[in-house]
Amino acid sequence: MPTAQSDTHTGLESPRGIWWRPAHRAEKTWVAIAFAWCMVLFAMMPLWHLKGNQNPSGIRRRVEPAAFYRRTQEFIKQYQVGDDRGMPIVAPPPGSEVYLMAQTFMWTPILKLEQGKEYTLHLSSLDVNHGFSLYPVNVNFQILPGYDYGLRVTPTASGDFRIICNEFCGIGHHTMVGRVIVVDSAGQEVVFRGGNHE
Amino acid sequence: MNSATFRVCPMTGRRVDAQAEALVRVNAVVSIVALLVGAIAAVLIVLTRWQAVHLLPAEWYYRLLGVHGMSMLIFFIIFFEMAVLHFASTVLLDARMAAPRLGWFSFWLMVLGALMVEWLMWTGKADVLFTSYPPLKAHPLFYLGIILFAVGALIVTGIFFYNLVVAKRERTYEGSLPLVVYGAVTAAIIAVITLLHGAIIYIPTFLWSLGLMPMDPEIYRLIWWALGHSSQQINVAAMVAIWYMLGALTIGAVVLNEKVSRSAFVLYVLFISMASAHHLLVDPGMGPAWKVVNTSYFMYMAVLASMIHGFTVPAGMEMGQRLRGYTQGLFGWLRKAPWGDPGFSSLVFSVVVFGFVGGITGVTIGTEQINIIVHNTLRSPGHFHATVVSGTAMAFMGATYYLIPLIFRKRVAFWGLAKIQPYLFAGGMLVFTIFMTFAGSFGVPRRHWDISFSQAPFDVQFNPVVDLLLAIMALGGLTAAVGAFAFIAIAVVSVFFGKPIGELVPGVAVVGVPQGLTHPPRHAANVDELNEQFHNTPSRLGPAPGTMVLVFVFLAAFVVYFFVNWKILSGVWKIG
Repeated sequence: MPTAQSDTHTGLESPRGIWWRPAHRAEKTWVAIAFAWCMVLFAMMPLWHLKGNQNPSGIRRRVEPAAFYRRTQEFIKQYQVGDDRGMPIVAPPPGSEVYLMAQTFMWTPILKLEQGKEYTLHLSSLDVNHGFSLYPVNVNFQILPGYDYGLRVTPTASGDFRIICNEFCGIGHHTMVGRVIVVDSAGQEVVFRGGNHE
Repeated sequence: MNSATFRVCPMTGRRVDAQAEALVRVNAVVSIVALLVGAIAAVLIVLTRWQAVHLLPAEWYYRLLGVHGMSMLIFFIIFFEMAVLHFASTVLLDARMAAPRLGWFSFWLMVLGALMVEWLMWTGKADVLFTSYPPLKAHPLFYLGIILFAVGALIVTGIFFYNLVVAKRERTYEGSLPLVVYGAVTAAIIAVITLLHGAIIYIPTFLWSLGLMPMDPEIYRLIWWALGHSSQQINVAAMVAIWYMLGALTIGAVVLNEKVSRSAFVLYVLFISMASAHHLLVDPGMGPAWKVVNTSYFMYMAVLASMIHGFTVPAGMEMGQRLRGYTQGLFGWLRKAPWGDPGFSSLVFSVVVFGFVGGITGVTIGTEQINIIVHNTLRSPGHFHATVVSGTAMAFMGATYYLIPLIFRKRVAFWGLAKIQPYLFAGGMLVFTIFMTFAGSFGVPRRHWDISFSQAPFDVQFNPVVDLLLAIMALGGLTAAVGAFAFIAIAVVSVFFGKPIGELVPGVAVVGVPQGLTHPPRHAANVDELNEQFHNTPSRLGPAPGTMVLVFVFLAAFVVYFFVNWKILSGVWKIG
């Protein structure tokens, strides 16, 4: 019979009698400390919403992929300043709404932003799930078709950045790389960051 | 009505139902076959991510990544858990298998589902990876296979509860369930919740794949993760139950306080499902309030549960040792522990790596804002390989070293290898997970064939140290794979070609039988008196002072890691 022969027993034996008994002081102390730590873990999140500068809240709304495509094309037409092998380079004014479109296996367009200025970066997909991963800053967001994720971003350094897709999107997933250029207030790209682009 | 046939186990004196035993055996064997498939895929994947080797072509890398995920996380682990549920609801209660036919039906249903899924993945008809996020679409039979598998598993949880009711009615045990069975009950409850979510999401997805209904990609992610993450919580509950079991079998670990341990299990049931929300922290579908409430406030109650078990399991082990006379200093109980018993070493590695690496990284990266610097980088698989592989799989391996003599009645083959297998596996996984995590902190993406981006329109140059990190990660992974293959060889040879255990005489060591069975860790007759003495110690560290020191080391590591991550986060672009 797997019933304990004494009060002191292993987890393989049924406890004798009522098992709801007071815990030892040491055990209570650990539970209290662990609980307090869990409250710290919890408190940090609302606190960061109030005091921190990095929050994934954004403006979130549904959008038809076709509508997002049209909006991105308008955005490109409005602010295009050049191109890189056919991919438009777009330099929107600070404070504006910026559109970045993900589709297998490309990011459209190339963005040219100013250091220290805030933009609302709208991310969405035309087809499947994609992952927005800004390299080498290491900032990551999930992108879904049908959802517009509008994040207020402020680049804190200038340079030539990359956008890596980090959600599996099909067999060409690893070729999906985009580009973000950040210039300083003098219009110069000072710090070289992402790659070896000429 | 009761036609069950029993044998009496000569080692433990327990009654073992023949049908239950057979079901435990087949589920365990299929589980190990799935482990083999998953481990072969693992070696090929790791040799591809090692950029200098880059073995597989892109198509096969992604395909085998899917095979690896399914075979390991679903088939290996869930078949093993089915064995645990059958075992816990019969053998541990001296009870009978109350629904053997249904048990076999569900087993074959699960095998059928698993074969369908494997077939479609290997033949390239389901290149959607483990998560199968729509609108990526697989062959409809892929989803049907998962549904059949889940229905089979759901039936087994039903049999488990039915067995408990029958055991209670037939009074095969007195009073409350033993703690290990109680833990298995919580695993089964979480399994029901999880599998229902699986049905809720995979049935519509199956219909969607046939073109019969639309599918929202965010709703899929929300409900799918209530399956995908919660199934890891079945693992956690089952693993913790196995911790208590292995502690008892190997060194006579005691239950410090039933109330505390059982309450911690209840916290898992109540709060763990919310943990699925931390996969959606940087998703566009949910707002900050939803994210904070679900991932922090509620999930942290499950974190609390793990921190409680993280104390009570080692403290129970320490007490078990002290009660058997190993009372020297703070850590004499650890030094004098049976480190050559693979059941024991597996238990220790499972607890330590799960807690220190898996637990600390998991809670930290599951924080709403910190997730920005983690999501879909290698930090994420770095975390879950520490929990589910180093934690759960390691515990299951440790349990197998006892199941082989107890259930299969065979000696463990290649005993010398078996003694070092946990060291190989845990050591390899430790290196693998730590270096994977480091690589991830450089932004290296997970699920990615080529981080040299040779075919991409813009070049990406990772910090050169990344190549080194990935190479060390690969070596750790290959070491762990050697440990996994050793385990598979030991298990298969023991089960099918092993020597029968024969007659055991307590106190006489037998090659291939763990010391917990040849030298059962019995407590002295005056154990309650001794226990009382330990509990009345004037020391502020309490009756298990060594464990108290260890948990504070753990807490310190946790605090440092957590705040270092906030510091790193504060350095990235401003986002709101």
